[in-house]
Amino acid sequence: MIIVKKLVKRFGLKVILRGLDFSVQQGEFVALLGPNGAGKTTFLRILASLSRPSLGQVQVAGHQLPDEAAQVRAKLGVVSHMPLLYPDLTAEENMKFYASMYGIADPGPRITEVLDMVGLENRRKDLVRTFSRGMQQRLAIGRAVIHNPEVMLFDEPYTGLDQDASEMLDEVLRSVAAEGRTVVMTSHDLARAEDLATRFDILSRGVIAACATQKELQNSNLLTFYKQALVN
Amino acid sequence: MVTNKQPVTRNASPSLLKATFAIVRKDLAAELRSFELISAMLVFSLLVIIIFNFALELDVKVRQSVTAGVLWTTFAFAGTLGLNRSMSTEKDRGCMDGLLLAPVDRSAIYFGKAISNLAFMLIVEAIVLPVYSILYNVNLFRLDLIGVILLGSIGYTAVGTLLSAMSVQTRTREVLLPILLFPVAIPVLLASVKASGSLLAGAEFSEILTPLNILIVYDIVFISVAFMLFDHVVEE
Repeated sequence: MIIVKKLVKRFGLKVILRGLDFSVQQGEFVALLGPNGAGKTTFLRILASLSRPSLGQVQVAGHQLPDEAAQVRAKLGVVSHMPLLYPDLTAEENMKFYASMYGIADPGPRITEVLDMVGLENRRKDLVRTFSRGMQQRLAIGRAVIHNPEVMLFDEPYTGLDQDASEMLDEVLRSVAAEGRTVVMTSHDLARAEDLATRFDILSRGVIAACATQKELQNSNLLTFYKQALVN
Repeated sequence: MVTNKQPVTRNASPSLLKATFAIVRKDLAAELRSFELISAMLVFSLLVIIIFNFALELDVKVRQSVTAGVLWTTFAFAGTLGLNRSMSTEKDRGCMDGLLLAPVDRSAIYFGKAISNLAFMLIVEAIVLPVYSILYNVNLFRLDLIGVILLGSIGYTAVGTLLSAMSVQTRTREVLLPILLFPVAIPVLLASVKASGSLLAGAEFSEILTPLNILIVYDIVFISVAFMLFDHVVEE
């Protein structure tokens, strides 16, 4: 579903990604872990077609980036630590707007279904600016799945959430993944990543330093694996 | 929690026109609720014309001769406020990424934002004109003058929307936009002042053809340039 070969990303003279190789099968939930400045967000922005690779090959959902960016975007849902929502519109108006941007013909039933999924059906007529950070993040997930994408990218979705909101977000993320979608999530929260993901990739100094599946980690724990990967 | 009970019927991708008007509708709906942008532009505009009214204690004849300059100075500065605010609301909450992630031609984002910006500018102008008429005792309700104001505003927002999309990505966006915009918008501002001034001085329509042509050409050129460049401007 995602194939990345020898990806390089430079900003001026600064090299962020140094020949990164990465691939994800359909239905996999990959947690992309790494210290600050490792290049996680830059990598996700390239997968999301928001940034162009300097060198290398990137293929998402069967389409090459950046040449087939529009086709990729139609199959992609992105959630970042910012909700990408308009505070002066209601939850329903935000959903309607994004549904029209994705060309959804009859958005009404889909909006109801998505708001129900993220537990905000009873707040559909409320302005987003009256929502808590946790509610905004859940609505952001609703926004990202409105067009039923095949691939989901989550960039630090837990940033700024309290314990209750994080647990609620866990539930939503599980239900998104349970649909058979391919998910890539960056996070600093190793416990959450361990709980949700089926594979763990450690990004360090612009390359994937180590990777392991949940099965491979059974006799170890993620923190030890993570620390070892960074030392090596 | 189960998704996808309903099949999602999706067109290949929304047309340029549909996506453009979705953005315009969204901007107008958000602004009608908050009035953040229009109120800032309006208060600024009214303050400027009141300050000029007291600063230029002139007779009626001289007032008529400065009207075009005062009006376009007011519109230009108020317009800059609106352009900055309109694009920074998209950027600050990451909504620009939301727009860029949609499978639409990115020109739709430009046209949507430009039409919204033009609508906000025209609303402010529609309120400023009668206030100016009363304060300065000058009749501004003339179709030909309104036509010139419309053409000037289209040119100003066409180039302003493109440049605000560039400047909003910098830390010094509030300062950078006017620095970038005013030199580029000089032809449209000068032509607008010239055409408006001549009309208010009682000139015939044929006498304002040169500035009018400049305005029309400027509008076409900058809309075309923005159409071609916007994709590159918003790309990281």
